[in-house]
Amino acid sequence: MEAGTPQMVKLEDLHVPGQLSGRKHILSILVENKPGVLARIAGLFSRRGFNIDTLAVGPTDDPSVSRITLTLDGAVHPIDQVTKQLHKLVNVLKIRDMEPEETVAREMAMFKVSAAVESRAEIIQFAEIFRAKIIDVSRRTMTIEVTGSADKIEAFERMIRPHGLIEMVRTGEIAIARGGD
Amino acid sequence: MESLKAEGVENIFGIPGGANLPTYDALVDAGFRHIQVRHEQGGGHAAEGYAKASGRVGVAFATSGPGATNLVTAIADAMMDSVPTVFITGQVRTELIGTDGFQEADILGATLPFVKHSFQVTDPRQIPEYVHEAFHVASTGRPGPVLLDIPQDLSRADIEYATRTEPVELPGYKPMSKGNIKQVRIAAKAIANAKRPILYTGGGVVNANASEELRELAAADRFPITSTLMGLGAYPASGESWLGMLGMHGTVTANWAMDNADLIVAIGARFDDRITGKLSEFAPHAKVIHIDIDPAEISKNIGAHIPIVGDAKLVLPELTREYRALQTDTTRLDAWWKQLREWQQQHPLRYEPGVDGEIKPQFMIEAMHRATRGEAIVTSDVGQHQMWAAQYYGFEQPRHWINSGGLGTMGFGLPAAVGAKVACPDDDVVCLAGDGSLIMNCQELATCVAEDIPVKVFLMNNGYMGMVRQWQELFWDRRYSSVEMGASPDWVKLAEAFGATGMRCENADELEGTMVRALEADGPVLLDVRVAQEENCYPMIPPGQAARDMVEAPKAVS
Repeated sequence: MEAGTPQMVKLEDLHVPGQLSGRKHILSILVENKPGVLARIAGLFSRRGFNIDTLAVGPTDDPSVSRITLTLDGAVHPIDQVTKQLHKLVNVLKIRDMEPEETVAREMAMFKVSAAVESRAEIIQFAEIFRAKIIDVSRRTMTIEVTGSADKIEAFERMIRPHGLIEMVRTGEIAIARGGD
Repeated sequence: MESLKAEGVENIFGIPGGANLPTYDALVDAGFRHIQVRHEQGGGHAAEGYAKASGRVGVAFATSGPGATNLVTAIADAMMDSVPTVFITGQVRTELIGTDGFQEADILGATLPFVKHSFQVTDPRQIPEYVHEAFHVASTGRPGPVLLDIPQDLSRADIEYATRTEPVELPGYKPMSKGNIKQVRIAAKAIANAKRPILYTGGGVVNANASEELRELAAADRFPITSTLMGLGAYPASGESWLGMLGMHGTVTANWAMDNADLIVAIGARFDDRITGKLSEFAPHAKVIHIDIDPAEISKNIGAHIPIVGDAKLVLPELTREYRALQTDTTRLDAWWKQLREWQQQHPLRYEPGVDGEIKPQFMIEAMHRATRGEAIVTSDVGQHQMWAAQYYGFEQPRHWINSGGLGTMGFGLPAAVGAKVACPDDDVVCLAGDGSLIMNCQELATCVAEDIPVKVFLMNNGYMGMVRQWQELFWDRRYSSVEMGASPDWVKLAEAFGATGMRCENADELEGTMVRALEADGPVLLDVRVAQEENCYPMIPPGQAARDMVEAPKAVS
């Protein structure tokens, strides 16, 4: 078929790309370090009915720029629409939808559990298996720090819960791309 | 003030107060025309009317606290209709911020959902930079409102203004302008392959000043064309490809054309719910080309098969050129046009004429068209009169139809007319008002008189909040609840009390003549037109239904 002929585009061959990815997404967002930026982002999510699963904010190597890492469920939200709306915020510099295979993601959690003398050995054993650290001990409790993927933290939670979970604190995931980039 | 001048500002709408005293003091010598409105909401809408009529950035000032919160409706309105506006509010002194000080309101926080961007000054040296950034953000890309909040102490500071030479650079703000040419080529070919195409245009075409470019595209072949409420005038209503407005109160032909089209070319339009009706049944046979400057609009409501992100003014000429190069056989559209003409013939806009001099609202719009030769800049409030004007006035030019589409703000018309008249003093500016709406901002008649802004208010007075009444009649078993205007003011006396001219017309035969007299009279005029009270606006797609379920006016039994 010759270039320039209209036959090359048939209406029946046109498709709209799927909107829902069906998986968890980690968005790494670079924003200007200015007052109110987080409120703008949080407001955008609530206004548009998007749910943030986790949110982590921290500095970058450039003091004028902060990084917001947030995770959300691509099964309920069209990620494309979320990122396009975020891009409209003037203080948002860059958004990266991290590809799961090419990303290392980590989260930290602290668990305070009841730790009577007879169960301490088992708790310590769990901690070792999960390469977790015991960071505080009192007469009745132990506090354990776990770092890893969200899955690992959830697995640890399942193991430790039967001992009496008093409190759990999680940071939300942060992520970095693998390899040279 | 110097930064505002550098942005080419000539007119400002506003009201002074404690927190913006320093700004108003500087205004005395600055050489702007300041229009002292009577309510900040009016100032905000006037800035919008100014922007919509002229295409330039509208500017409104307000003081802190209640002054600023009174602006909120106008800011939200400007956001929904993408109106380039800059709102500058006073704020309490820096040391009072966060202490619930007198006339303190967190206007930055309150308006976050409604602004394209906003700034709060924390150092007086930021002011010139922020002013330039505000104008840049408000007027480029998809236009919108920008708020600049200046604490009182910082606006007093004496700072040097250095004339800005380099363009504004914001690292996180890079609006697209040129469309991707490959996508444009694919679009041209898709159009060439369409047997039932339709151009669906919106306010984006008007904002982009791309009316000429749209007319060129429409002329490249016999493409049927329809428009949203906001896009009226971009393509002339007298043009032969014009199908009328689409949507809830659009024409049958425009809506059925969308329903039957095999290709929709959406240009600067956003598939709003008032256009689509029931989303899942919207245009079931159509593929979609979506041209918009805002990437977030593409595939937001309706999936786009061929997205083109860009400025309509740049994209449309490319599309026209690419399409013309294909030299497509225009006879493929014959069957489509035969169908469309049939619908137009069988389902025109129609109403039962009034008898015994009764003024039907549709007749009033037709009389207004004749009295103004169809050339006036018409602003409107929100409701039935707005829809009838959209249906019956027949706009020929862009920026001649100024109304609140997205937010649907009653009381928009009069202050918007103030702004439009300031922007275009040589044009007839008519505010088509509803009696429910006009009273919401009627204080701006005082502005018209005091500032010598001769707008003509044509009041479609039916004694009801008509659109709400219509819904109560049709969908709530005619149980009227708080829609009668009851003891409305005597509008003629009200106009006179403000120092304007008041007129009244109750007879259809005298209407056009009275309108002409109102237009020819000096100064602002309020013409109270008594129309049929319980006329309904048809055709109508009932809420949540599809275009094919459109309801037409019941035929009179003879």
